[in-house]
Amino acid sequence: MAYIGNTDADRRIMLDRLGLSSIDDLFTDIPADHRFPELELPPAQTELELLRDIESLAAQNAAGSGMLSFVGAGVYRHFIPAIVSYLSGRGEFATAYTPYQAEASQGTVQTIFEYQSMVADLLGMDVVNASHYDGSTAVAEAAIMAVRSTRGRSQVVLSGTLHPEYIQVTRTYLKPQGIAIDVVDPPEAAGSTGPTMESLLAAIGDDTACLIVQNPDFLGRYVDLRGLADQVHERGALLVVHIDPIATALFTSPGALGADIVTGEGQPLGIPLSYGGPYLGIFAARKELVRKMPGRLAGQTTDTTGARGFVLTLNTREQHIRRDKATSNICTNQGLMALRATIYLAAMGPKGLSQAARLCWQNAHHAARLLAEIPGCSVLPDLFFKEFVLRTPVPAADVIARAAGAGVVPGLALDRYYPERTHEILIAVTEAYARADIERLADAVREAVTRTADAHAGKEALR
Amino acid sequence: MSSYRFDSPIPPLLYEISRPGRRGVLLPESDVPDTPLPDNLVRSDADELRLPEVSEQDVVRHFTKLSHANMSIDTNFYPLGSCTMKYNPKINEAVASHPGFASQHPLGREEDTQGALAVMYRLQHMLAEISGFSAVSLQPAAGAQGELTGILMIRAYHESRGDTKRTKILVPDSAHGTNPATVTMAGYQTVEIPSNNRGTVDLDALRAACGDDVAGLMITNPNTAGLFEEDIVAIVDAVHGCGGLVYGDGANFNAILGIVRPGDLGVDVMHFNLHKTFSTPHGGGGPGAGPVGAAPVLAPFLPGPIVTRGGTDDGDYRFTMPENTIGRLKSFHGNFGMLLRAYAYIMMHGADGLRAISDNAVLNANYLRVLTERAFPVKFKRTCMHEFISVGSVYDGVSTMDVAKRLLDYGFHAPTVYFPLIVKDALMIEPTESENRETLETFADALQAVADEAQNNPDLLHDAPHTTPLRRLDEVSAVRNLVLRYQR
Repeated sequence: MAYIGNTDADRRIMLDRLGLSSIDDLFTDIPADHRFPELELPPAQTELELLRDIESLAAQNAAGSGMLSFVGAGVYRHFIPAIVSYLSGRGEFATAYTPYQAEASQGTVQTIFEYQSMVADLLGMDVVNASHYDGSTAVAEAAIMAVRSTRGRSQVVLSGTLHPEYIQVTRTYLKPQGIAIDVVDPPEAAGSTGPTMESLLAAIGDDTACLIVQNPDFLGRYVDLRGLADQVHERGALLVVHIDPIATALFTSPGALGADIVTGEGQPLGIPLSYGGPYLGIFAARKELVRKMPGRLAGQTTDTTGARGFVLTLNTREQHIRRDKATSNICTNQGLMALRATIYLAAMGPKGLSQAARLCWQNAHHAARLLAEIPGCSVLPDLFFKEFVLRTPVPAADVIARAAGAGVVPGLALDRYYPERTHEILIAVTEAYARADIERLADAVREAVTRTADAHAGKEALR
Repeated sequence: MSSYRFDSPIPPLLYEISRPGRRGVLLPESDVPDTPLPDNLVRSDADELRLPEVSEQDVVRHFTKLSHANMSIDTNFYPLGSCTMKYNPKINEAVASHPGFASQHPLGREEDTQGALAVMYRLQHMLAEISGFSAVSLQPAAGAQGELTGILMIRAYHESRGDTKRTKILVPDSAHGTNPATVTMAGYQTVEIPSNNRGTVDLDALRAACGDDVAGLMITNPNTAGLFEEDIVAIVDAVHGCGGLVYGDGANFNAILGIVRPGDLGVDVMHFNLHKTFSTPHGGGGPGAGPVGAAPVLAPFLPGPIVTRGGTDDGDYRFTMPENTIGRLKSFHGNFGMLLRAYAYIMMHGADGLRAISDNAVLNANYLRVLTERAFPVKFKRTCMHEFISVGSVYDGVSTMDVAKRLLDYGFHAPTVYFPLIVKDALMIEPTESENRETLETFADALQAVADEAQNNPDLLHDAPHTTPLRRLDEVSAVRNLVLRYQR
């Protein structure tokens, strides 16, 4: 049997030592009438057979059939330098676990410390933890942390342009704890760009622990947050900002804008799309809040000879020590994804990361310009980074289906999340796309819009 | 005598070798018409992006050297109890990195992602079959999130019946810390149930705690002492009898594949740790994946989306939200890359292969238990499942931690220490099925050598580890003088 260390001869020797005649004798504690069920599973495959199966399954995915996709909506196709997979695939990293024995795990703990340091610099924040599951759970845990950090306040205000799935996850997490959620002006209507600063501030009451905004927001809009933190603080609440780590390389850091807690989806930092995960929940805070933070933290210390080293620290916040009084139940996190992000940031450096961000800006704006020239189409919002909404004169689903037939998925139909927005497509363009790709996008959408309009006109004419 | 040597000294931080102007990966210049940036919104000089500036070779050497400072399954026996540090097949990585999956966006249209949906559908069914549940959701990102899922489902079940008087969840005192922390996150109070002197749940105490204020029980079986809760049917009956439901913590599922199915025993909902039982890599702390299986009574409450099939037999896979779903636990569809690895692992084993995993994991644990009990006494002297608990503090002036650190010098990762809390100074040892007899015997010899040293030369243990790149690290001063990022 593959992956099992012992032979029949070994097992015989071991059973003899135990004074047993068969392995079945090890399981007498199990209720006899339920012992040894017959499992109905597919027959075992060899590696070669499995690979044939996997090849045929992969070919049934768009990514396996060479389609060009501009879907973003929270996770994006970015360039991943070759060394990210090369180094993070090393078994010494991948097959270790949480560094409970720090002396035999310095590779992992120092990497976490370097991750914390680099992401703190990227965000302009004091403290970064060793990661959450993804952007959505980071937001939910930030809301809980804000309630814990503002005594007596038990409600949170969410901008309506937070990723709709993040709002759903936050509801799942907060409901059992009795934390109320006010979602301000979700952009449900066609052409809406969500709440204004005034409406967000007006929603903050005496019971509000925090305001959570996403920037760039779900529709791609870059929001000018200058001055917001002061106004939130005047109302006694904390400001939580959910960021895109690539945008943050270019725009004023959330720390410089006065955010108290910062969350982010770390997938753009060298992590493949992989149909939904694993990703990386970025989580940062001001240092005054560190003892309220969930998640693991690596800290610097010395060994008995005075040499510098790193350990997991502030463990008394965590479930394995504090049990029912812990800041969160999180145990396993996204360590290997944090490693990928660390390697990515090191390989890119400040200049490479800024350049990636500038290319996102330039490419996305070029795409928006070409698409806005298509008759009947327009682009919103006014200020965006790498993602924007294209309004189409015909149903978005038809445009996407036609373009997909030509090998281009132009983006995400917004009615997936906002049923009334049937004529809008959310489109993401990053540094990973060449000018030719962008032109192919524009051509495919132009063709699809024209043909869809013609088809509709044809139907009308036949009536 | 100990002889293990790490390969190279620990490198400095990347920040410490950074030089202005040094570049790693280069990107092209923009070739599209220029769009000016909004100057008032970009980072100012005071807010300058300060990341290390290093060459690509610097990065490669840095992380290669760092990797050498780790123990891992690929390099060392890693008997970390309750974590199931088994061999991680490399085919899993090849499958997960196939561009047809790795480059697939999660919001691709269903008709464009039938391959990925088929994997999820099949995995749901295989996990349900292995565990005896009627439905499975692959959403939860890790075991602890699977626990939260399960308790939220139990909560939703009671609320759906208008039963709002239940405020308590029973948790045995041998449980992982994630269990009581989960209870709090789910808005319930934990009632701790004591263990008996056999290391299992005290059935009388459990029965006494059952009442109409109990929402449910969280039980890990086999438990954290590595023992099968032999009264499980009576335990489940007692909880069901008072109107509560039973959550099974699947952390130790590696012991019972093809041996017994929790669903058959009356457990209502359970999570799987794909990074333990189903061989996905632990990644230095994660990612994991914590799918949840449910009996018919709780299946409608599963988090979604889950994958279902249209009318035809071949294909037409689609996402569906269960009828009374508790909602979403994370964005998109779960840690798909981990799901794919677990799918590969199960497909390569089949029913007989899975049974062989548990047979060998339990045989290895019992063999090691017998080999080591002279060096360090085993707490519960009975047949164990996949792991067992030794007491590490039997030699004067030597602590369990001293023993753990000394084992590193012998080239073994230490067992889990000081857990479960029901055993003072515990060493929790889980060998897994992938280790061979020689490794177990060498480890037993090392434990005996450490026991001898503890009696003849205890300072050798107090000062351990000796051969690691750093000597014993001071955790107290790390807390007292918090440094959580590089200080310029």
